[in-house]
Amino acid sequence: MSNGHSDHSGDLSGSGLTLGYDRRIVSRDLTVSIPPGSFTVIIGPNACGKSTLLKALSGIVTPNDGTVVLDGKELSRYPAKALARKLGLLPQSASAPDAITVVDLVSRGRYPYQRMLRQWSAEDEEAVTSAMAATGVTDLADRPVDELSGGQRQRVWLAMVLAQQTQLLLLDEPTTFLDIAHQIDVLDLCADLHEQGGRTLVAVLHDLNHAARYATHLIVMSQGAIVAEGKPAEVLTEQLVTDVFGLQCQVIDDPQTGTPMVVPAHRRSRSREFALGSGLAS
Amino acid sequence: MTLTHPPAPGAVWRRGNLSVLLHRRSVLVGLALFGLVVAVGLVTLSVGNFAISIPDTVRTLLGNGSVDTDYVIFERRLPRLLTALAAGAAFGASGALFQSLTRNPLGSPDIIGFTAGASTGALSAFLLIGTTLQYVATGAIIGGLVSAAVVYGLAYRRGTNSYRLVLIGVAVQLLLLSTNTFLLMRADVLDAQSASWWLVGSLNGRNYSYAAIAGTAVVLLLPAALLLHRRCLMLELGDASARALGVPVERSRLAVVAVGVGLAAAATASVGPIAFVALAAPQLARRLTTATGPGVLPAALMGALLLSVSDLIAQHGLGEDQAPVGVVSSCLGGGYLIWMLSRARQGG
Ligand SMILES: Nc1ncnc2c1ncn2[C@@H]1O[C@H](COP(=O)(O)OP(=O)(O)O)[C@@H](O)[C@H]1O
Ligand SMILES: [Mg+2]
Repeated sequence: MSNGHSDHSGDLSGSGLTLGYDRRIVSRDLTVSIPPGSFTVIIGPNACGKSTLLKALSGIVTPNDGTVVLDGKELSRYPAKALARKLGLLPQSASAPDAITVVDLVSRGRYPYQRMLRQWSAEDEEAVTSAMAATGVTDLADRPVDELSGGQRQRVWLAMVLAQQTQLLLLDEPTTFLDIAHQIDVLDLCADLHEQGGRTLVAVLHDLNHAARYATHLIVMSQGAIVAEGKPAEVLTEQLVTDVFGLQCQVIDDPQTGTPMVVPAHRRSRSREFALGSGLAS
Repeated sequence: MTLTHPPAPGAVWRRGNLSVLLHRRSVLVGLALFGLVVAVGLVTLSVGNFAISIPDTVRTLLGNGSVDTDYVIFERRLPRLLTALAAGAAFGASGALFQSLTRNPLGSPDIIGFTAGASTGALSAFLLIGTTLQYVATGAIIGGLVSAAVVYGLAYRRGTNSYRLVLIGVAVQLLLLSTNTFLLMRADVLDAQSASWWLVGSLNGRNYSYAAIAGTAVVLLLPAALLLHRRCLMLELGDASARALGVPVERSRLAVVAVGVGLAAAATASVGPIAFVALAAPQLARRLTTATGPGVLPAALMGALLLSVSDLIAQHGLGEDQAPVGVVSSCLGGGYLIWMLSRARQGG
């Protein structure tokens, strides 16, 4: 992996963002900035607008208002392929075409580098080889994606985004639907990409303890707004989890890493008003 | 032959800065289909009341025929064959584009109303304006484009969802078919008779001007479809991924729809709304090539083969009776559709 990204380190931020679909507004006047070189994790209850924010940051939905800026230039001013060479996105519900093989799917990540008569350069081959090696799917190359297990499939999608060779990686719930071992496996892979590849990662995660362990920067969202951000140890407090997720809990030190660990309160000690209150709001 | 197995989704040809990726099986299947099309074409030109041997047929095509064989082949059989080949290729290519775009084997122009729209347009022109070929062809193309705009307009809701598109297309198709019946009922008896013959899909009496309509579409739009091939591959990943990889999604989709409707409408103008070629050809071709993506060229060759074989059966396979080719292709295609749907059930 090269460290040739140092000149512009993938500085991504949005300001005054109003985001939504049709007439439905999800976020209003949102300002966010992704620390360059960080492993940023976004958490928040279902439907609070995490995916919407990620889509806006990657330029696949246009903000109704406000601007997203990458390395000093507005996202909308990048040519589509130039942007795709700087920023990669793994959407929440990626679905592979029928019967596509692993190598074929991973190769699609090279589209931003290809042209009509430059369909498969030596660099393409090299990028796909190393992306498959980094994610451990080399041996699966000729298998159809729809015959793989959930964990393998997620690695293949990650390989596709890696083949894109971008400084910034935006991953929407990369661990959903995986068992605990495969979740850790994918998160370790992300941490490697962050530490060794020198990439900036932004991931939406559901598990608060995973978020606390892996994030160098945590963003907490609620009802379309960012309600807290910073180092996990500073952000993830009992009060915050209660306010944002409507869950009474205790926050202790993770015995393995010392990062905050959320332990939900026993049902008998939870007060009734929480069980019926904001926890069900979404 | 390379000894190592580089991770490439096909065979790679490289020269300097240029590189081209070929899917091996698609190339082989394409060559085989081309060979079959040529063979069926030669048989079609040689059989009939005035039988001509294959060597004589080839000789005639090369310009060394007798007066008789020249007349039979160039005036009678070749225009009909060329019409079948061009229309079949256009239907096949159009089906491949739409099935790729909708990611649905049922998302083909003869199911989701575009062929029906072209036939309504052609029929309106034929019955209400004039019976010349130019009116019919123009009507077909306008009808095809309008029906595509209507189907997409109704299906569009924050992006297009393939399932919605197919359902709305089927509903629009039903409306258009009853419109066609209504137009026929209101029409003069003789006009209605020739129009209903056309509506089944027929190659009878097709001269070079019919071949030219479908042929022009194939010559102009097939290369356009090939240029859109890589974008179709990317669109199959879904809108979000495609956009994140640098594909201008809406613009690409519009281009694919325009090319696909153009092909289907031109084919409809020249042979009528022949059913099932657009539906079956891409699926059959894909089963042979095992490639992802639209596979426009194999589908076009398969379409040409299906329609020319159907016409061979329609002309000579049914004893003394001649059936319109649309009847034969419907029988073949209907059987195929039942087979496909029953297999889809099992496969889950
Ligand atoms: N494509 C869409 N069209 C309309 N509304 C949407 C769409 N995607 C999401 N929404 C709505 O926007 C809100 C935020 O969704 P999302 O960003 O996906 O939430 P999260 O990822 O945090 O679960 C939700 O209320 C959801 O229903
Ligand atoms: Mg989401």
